[in-house]
Amino acid sequence: MKVLIPSALRSYTQGSSAEAQGATLAELLADLDRRYEGIRFRMVDEQDHIRRHIRIFVNGTQVRDLAQPLSGKDEVVIVQALSGG
Amino acid sequence: MATTRKKTARRKTTAAKRRTVVLVATRKGAWLFHGDAQRKTWKADGPHFLGHVISHMVLDPRDGRTLLAAAKTGHLGPTVFRSTDRGRTWKEAAQPPAFAKAADGKGRSVDHTFWLTPGPASEPDVWYAGSSPQGLFRSADGGITWAPFSTLNDDPQFREWMGTTQDGTPDGPKLHSVIVDPRDARHLYIGMSGGGVHESTDGGQHWKTLIKGLDVVEGFGFDPQQPTFHDPHCIRMCPSNPDRLYQQNHCGIYRLDRPSDTWVRIGKSMPKTVGDIGFPMVVHPRDDNSAWVFPMDGSGVWPRTSPGGRPAAYGTKNGGKTWQRLDAGLPESQAWWTVKRQAMCADNAESVALYFGTTSGELWMGRDGGKRWSCIARHLPEIYAVETAEL
Repeated sequence: MKVLIPSALRSYTQGSSAEAQGATLAELLADLDRRYEGIRFRMVDEQDHIRRHIRIFVNGTQVRDLAQPLSGKDEVVIVQALSGG
Repeated sequence: MATTRKKTARRKTTAAKRRTVVLVATRKGAWLFHGDAQRKTWKADGPHFLGHVISHMVLDPRDGRTLLAAAKTGHLGPTVFRSTDRGRTWKEAAQPPAFAKAADGKGRSVDHTFWLTPGPASEPDVWYAGSSPQGLFRSADGGITWAPFSTLNDDPQFREWMGTTQDGTPDGPKLHSVIVDPRDARHLYIGMSGGGVHESTDGGQHWKTLIKGLDVVEGFGFDPQQPTFHDPHCIRMCPSNPDRLYQQNHCGIYRLDRPSDTWVRIGKSMPKTVGDIGFPMVVHPRDDNSAWVFPMDGSGVWPRTSPGGRPAAYGTKNGGKTWQRLDAGLPESQAWWTVKRQAMCADNAESVALYFGTTSGELWMGRDGGKRWSCIARHLPEIYAVETAEL
């Protein structure tokens, strides 16, 4: 599925979107990390918490649980929070 | 005679090839300043990682080409970048320093890697890292993958000494000054802000506190025997004498001569109007009696500026019995910056030069052990760390 990538992470993907697969958000992020090594840890910490300034939306709804099921038609958007002024 | 000439020529060739590079880590990226053979002109290479907070950048003295940089950004998690061609190209660590995952989800996560230490010559691929919140990590493959090191990170006693994010330095408690004894890779020292100084002689399996002789903040009834009340800012081991350590502490400047386990407060001989509070501690590469500090104002609300707006390094040549003010060339008034704990160092040249970076983004060089200061660069972001290396 298509994943929109924020500017802060485009040094990994070289573009504003990326293709990745997964039946859950956790699987999707793992697949992204396989394709773009290191990208997951910049978004999710070692306790599997989404980092403070990262937001993930699935079909326009914010998701905080990595166990969130996904289907191939979902649109996943990763954004950096509007924080810091 | 011919042999002597050949040797001299070889020495000259070797000397001609050597160049000092100053590695500058800032709040907004990293720079390498390449000096000419006389260290008179400097060529800036950077910014690298523009916009990243770079806490520390270190060149591996064992191979002379591997650079590690501890990075994070305002929005993204921490990582370590690695270059094997002296900064021409960079690749991210495959597994940056991270705490072990806790089954209950309540484990800690690394906010930033703060300190990088290459291992000893006997362990060419080993690196150590200290983090905030406080943790100790080790890499055995040149910084590509990192793992929590020793039992320290999850030890209940150490966790109590480490405190919480409300304790310690303003942007989080830090484990720093990771020192490996060049004679014995299993002999380690660490500093914890706060949490004291600790030593291991068995490769990090067990630790012994080294806080005897260190003062704590007066007037609050703090027990000096409790590590949690101790805040070492920077600890250095003398390369020429690994049994001698110097320390700039929240409460003074100290020296420790092993096997003694009692620090001696050598900062008492500093001028009373300046005091002996500061962040960096620098030792001479070949003379264990010579060391330098950069005092800051630790009075009242702790402005953390140069005392009186008149910055100066102070140097000792007799192990701290006396100190000499070194301010020739530095601003004489109204200069309110200061120097952070990793932002001052010495090079390895025959006539040792000092280098420091300021919180206002200036990079300074002090020739002849700090006797004559000149500014290498201005208008950089806030400088967090300065290291030198010879290429």
